[in-house]
Amino acid sequence: MDIPTLLLSSFVIAVSALLFFIWSLRKGVLDPDPAAAKVIFSKGEIGRVEEPAVSAASERELQRSVTAAVPAEADADELQARLEADRSASRPAFVLLGFAVLWLLVASFAGLTSSIKLHEPDWLTQYAWLTFGRIRTLHLNAVAYGWAPMAALGIALWMMPRLLKTKLVGARFAIAGAVLWNIGLVIGLVCIALGINDGMEWLEIPWQVGTLFVVGGALIGLPLVFTLRRRKVEHLYVSVWYMGAALFWFPVLYLVAKLPGVHFGVEQATMNWWFGHNVLGLFYTPLSLAAVYYFLPKVIGRPIQSYNLSLIGFWCLAFFYGQVGGHHLVGGPVPEWLVTLSIVQSMMMIVPVVAFSVNQHLTMRGRFSALRHSPTLRFVVLGGMMYTLSSIQGSFEALRSISTVTHFTHFTVAHAHLGLYGFVTLVMFGAIYFAMPRIVSREWPYPKLIAAHFWLVTVGFAIYFVTLTAGGVLQGLAMLDASQPFIESVRVTLPYLQGRSIGGALMTLGHLVFAAHFTVMALRRGPQRNEAALLRPLVQAV
Amino acid sequence: MENGVKLISGALVTLAIATASLVVMPYLQLQDVPPTPGLKPYTEVELRGRQEYIKQGCMYCHSQQPRDPSQAPDGERGWGRPSVASDYYYDRPHLLGTMRTGPDLMNIGARQPSVDWQLGHLYQPRAYAPGSIMPAYPYLFEVKDAAEPGDKVVALPPEFAPAQGVVVATREAQDLVAYLLALDRTFPALAPLAAAPASAQ
Repeated sequence: MDIPTLLLSSFVIAVSALLFFIWSLRKGVLDPDPAAAKVIFSKGEIGRVEEPAVSAASERELQRSVTAAVPAEADADELQARLEADRSASRPAFVLLGFAVLWLLVASFAGLTSSIKLHEPDWLTQYAWLTFGRIRTLHLNAVAYGWAPMAALGIALWMMPRLLKTKLVGARFAIAGAVLWNIGLVIGLVCIALGINDGMEWLEIPWQVGTLFVVGGALIGLPLVFTLRRRKVEHLYVSVWYMGAALFWFPVLYLVAKLPGVHFGVEQATMNWWFGHNVLGLFYTPLSLAAVYYFLPKVIGRPIQSYNLSLIGFWCLAFFYGQVGGHHLVGGPVPEWLVTLSIVQSMMMIVPVVAFSVNQHLTMRGRFSALRHSPTLRFVVLGGMMYTLSSIQGSFEALRSISTVTHFTHFTVAHAHLGLYGFVTLVMFGAIYFAMPRIVSREWPYPKLIAAHFWLVTVGFAIYFVTLTAGGVLQGLAMLDASQPFIESVRVTLPYLQGRSIGGALMTLGHLVFAAHFTVMALRRGPQRNEAALLRPLVQAV
Repeated sequence: MENGVKLISGALVTLAIATASLVVMPYLQLQDVPPTPGLKPYTEVELRGRQEYIKQGCMYCHSQQPRDPSQAPDGERGWGRPSVASDYYYDRPHLLGTMRTGPDLMNIGARQPSVDWQLGHLYQPRAYAPGSIMPAYPYLFEVKDAAEPGDKVVALPPEFAPAQGVVVATREAQDLVAYLLALDRTFPALAPLAAAPASAQ
């Protein structure tokens, strides 16, 4: 049998098996309103908004924007249980989110510095650790192993007891794990600054230091597994699937990628992009989707529209995403079948993405005015939309015809930021705005700073994305035109690289506002607004 | 979904399929591919230079994988024939790269074989390539009042040379240049034997 037939038949068999598997997990195929989608609400709570990020008065506005009916009071016992669930996770979540904010600042300044260096190549050249090749790598690693996992795991730790209606078991392990992980990250970043480096994108931190991530990550994951075993709910909510799977996926990815002395030459390149793409697709993405699937329905008090769609979305992501990494090597010296496989699976990724997007839109339908009253919702919904955009863009970018132009250019950098910033980071901002008031039992002291943060990062990121995308396309076209000298493909990008620095500076400014607000809140400074932002009544006289 | 075990095992099976197709299969397919005839192992100096290439992060702006003429005019730019898996026989870690902020370097040793050009270009890229946005690497060089015996003095165009003294290349700079000059895969690829089974069909 020839190779295309073999590929095609194995593809058909695999997809049929996948559909059968999804079907086997179903209960009540025709039930439009399954109990599993309601598991995040307590008795009588559907229709009640929850938004700890704003004052009680604004939360009542939000309630009015969602439904005219006065909501029933939720079951007091269940609310008490949730209060205890929140408390059980507040310390580890606080530690992880604190580290996350710190790394966000480090990563922002490293990113901004590298951006400026691309159009000012003689700026700060005297210091080896500030050379573009190192400061850019410091930026990537501070995001990839600092901000993104710390924020996502902190939010996961905080959501898990709520979703399973039980207390977090073994919070101490998570705190110890976070400390180990961050020690590893500091050592790893110092290594990169000094030039000690395993030499592969996303995997620069020396494997010896990486062992600290393995141990630390396992310690952070343990309480989640313990808690899963103590669950008091029958149904595992959508978010739990994503978090549970991501927690098992990441260690496999990292261990296989870091096996010393195994990988070689071109095989190492395919492994490199198997890792590089899966750490996005099977770690940050599921953890962020878990947050969207929880916070969006919770804020507007309405269960997700379609349980079936979320099931399809999850398993298709699990199946297709893992195999898309080869599209980073289109045109490269790798086996042809592998690139073809990855392109096909990249296009198949449209299935889970559309499943998610339709679900999000149908859940929000008729409730979009709630965006005005809830900062959590603004960040999370915008982030969800960026997920749709970046995934669809990524699917098409994998096609040979488009890859030929955009591969090797700044277009790819813009795309990567659409995923990791537009989607993951914005969702995490929203999640943190929701969770922090519960974690420190205090309201955000300056609501105006939340708005400032939102506008700085969204406007900054819009500038970033649009300029870099345009510059990347021009760069790619110039490179394909053999009648133009190579330097033309450099020259044409300059104004766009400058535009990116402006966007990046606004984003950094937004992060400074956010970090300052976070710090003031964590230190319990600033005006003491209201009482603790706990499970306050939505109807005034209760 | 109610069953946690089913969830985790399902998730691990999908990842196993992905790992099999992107890691294990290429491993099995490529492990016995011999080096391209004419490809020499790196010398000790070149390997040190390769480490320097990694240390400075050259691979974030330079690829080492010319594409096929049917896809892109890489050959016309003098970057060389499309590379094949056997060209990377001695490469650990691989340095294929994902960006072309600067040109492909798979054959830079053949394209620009002058040590003086390479050293001067590392000291100040804009001395040789006007409009380049490559960083200068002054920390790989020393400015001395006068050269000592055994020093490698960098020849620079007068407007880029320091006002006083001479620029001397450190060992790191010389290693790096040794590696760059070793990047020469101008020998034929024997493509029909090495890469054809999949693409020829």
